[in-house]
Amino acid sequence: MSERSIELTVNGRSYSGTADVRTTLADFLRHGLGLTGTHLGCEHGVCGACTILVDGVSARSCLMLAVQAEGSDVRTIEGLAEPNGDLHPLQTAFRDNHGLQCGFCTPGILMTLMELLDEQPDPTEADVRDAISGNICRCTGYQSIVAAAMQAAAELRKGRRA
Amino acid sequence: MKPPPFEYLRPESLDELCVMLAGTENAKILAGGQSLMAMLNLRYVFPDVLIDINRVPGLAGIEIKRDRLRIGAMTRQRKIELDPLVNERAPIVAEALHLVGHRQTRNRGTIGGSLCHLDPAAELPTIALLHDAEIEIAKEGGRRTLPIADFIVDYMTPGIEPNEVVVAVEIPLWQDGHGYCFHEFTRRHGDFAVASAGCLVTCDASGTIDKIAIAVGGVSTVPLRGVEAEEVLSGTSGDDATVEAALSFCDGLDVLGDFHGSADYRKHVARSVLRKTLKTAISRARDRLGGLN
Ligand code: FES
Ligand code: FES
Repeated sequence: MSERSIELTVNGRSYSGTADVRTTLADFLRHGLGLTGTHLGCEHGVCGACTILVDGVSARSCLMLAVQAEGSDVRTIEGLAEPNGDLHPLQTAFRDNHGLQCGFCTPGILMTLMELLDEQPDPTEADVRDAISGNICRCTGYQSIVAAAMQAAAELRKGRRA
Repeated sequence: MKPPPFEYLRPESLDELCVMLAGTENAKILAGGQSLMAMLNLRYVFPDVLIDINRVPGLAGIEIKRDRLRIGAMTRQRKIELDPLVNERAPIVAEALHLVGHRQTRNRGTIGGSLCHLDPAAELPTIALLHDAEIEIAKEGGRRTLPIADFIVDYMTPGIEPNEVVVAVEIPLWQDGHGYCFHEFTRRHGDFAVASAGCLVTCDASGTIDKIAIAVGGVSTVPLRGVEAEEVLSGTSGDDATVEAALSFCDGLDVLGDFHGSADYRKHVARSVLRKTLKTAISRARDRLGGLN
């Protein structure tokens, strides 16, 4: 076993831990740091459930090693809501529009949409569909997800103007 | 844990990387990891050593020197896709990149990684072949440049030695206003292509095709240049009948059959993908020619 100590920032908080070099970043977040909001569906890069933001861009955490994230700034689903529990507008929009049923795909979809809405505050439905094309949802049929994303985008634009 | 055990090395300079490559057996280079990590998780590969080159400086970047576009091997696919210079001077590269995987995989996936993985259905090797790109390769104590046609040796087999690493790809640019198109057929957006095709073309002032390059991917064990189709179309006006005649090059292809469909099906798809690609590229060449005059 070749263990390495890893320091990184997750949702603005510094963490340090040790991991075997072959541990994926997803497993390190879940098992090493106890952040089980990041889900694992396929573990080979096709379902998108494990999507997180690494240094500001979306990435599949099952396709990175934990050691690779050393020194990185990681954002996961746990960082979206306010510390007092107030939901992020994206989360509120998903609740309002029934954008989730079982919720398995949701963390990955929300993190992907965080990146999209940051880059493109006023996306079209086609942009949203393109952005989440790498995220598989077996429940919703995507309609409600797209509706939620559009509502969240509008909400966030209002917030920016205010 | 999904990946098999390996020794993990993380060089911090190209020299250090080359020394490591020379001094290790059964090593794999970890670039963006969008194929290799999946293969490790599925235990398709068992390297003794994994050399992570993500922290080697100087391997990423996009520059245009005279009429050549040089892209560092570790440049992320999404960086290239969104780069204004690439979009202006080599729009087909951005058009093809938009079809590579998904944004999350393009954020990490690199051009060098895709070229070295050399999946027959991948877009970037086909784009490189279409441009007669040159691959810059480094090893301890030396560098060499390999034309893409020699780099593509066989099914998922690039022409590099175990002690070598790809550092950049150089793409000769076509003149401003050239016609281009990259098109593919997939079951779902972002899937591997059942068939893909790319075309670059320029017309003279009278609308006659004076230069054309055609490549197809996804149908055979390696991406292929459509030399016969290029010959059929050169010197013509690129009218529909000539395009149709050029498509007969697909009949001679040695086509793979797999779970996406039989060889016959794939040949049929290749024809229609190529037809659409050629027509779009030729009409863009005419439109853009009009725009430039
Ligand atoms: S678990 Fe990472 S993409 Fe499916
Ligand atoms: S809500 Fe169940 S998979 Fe998307």
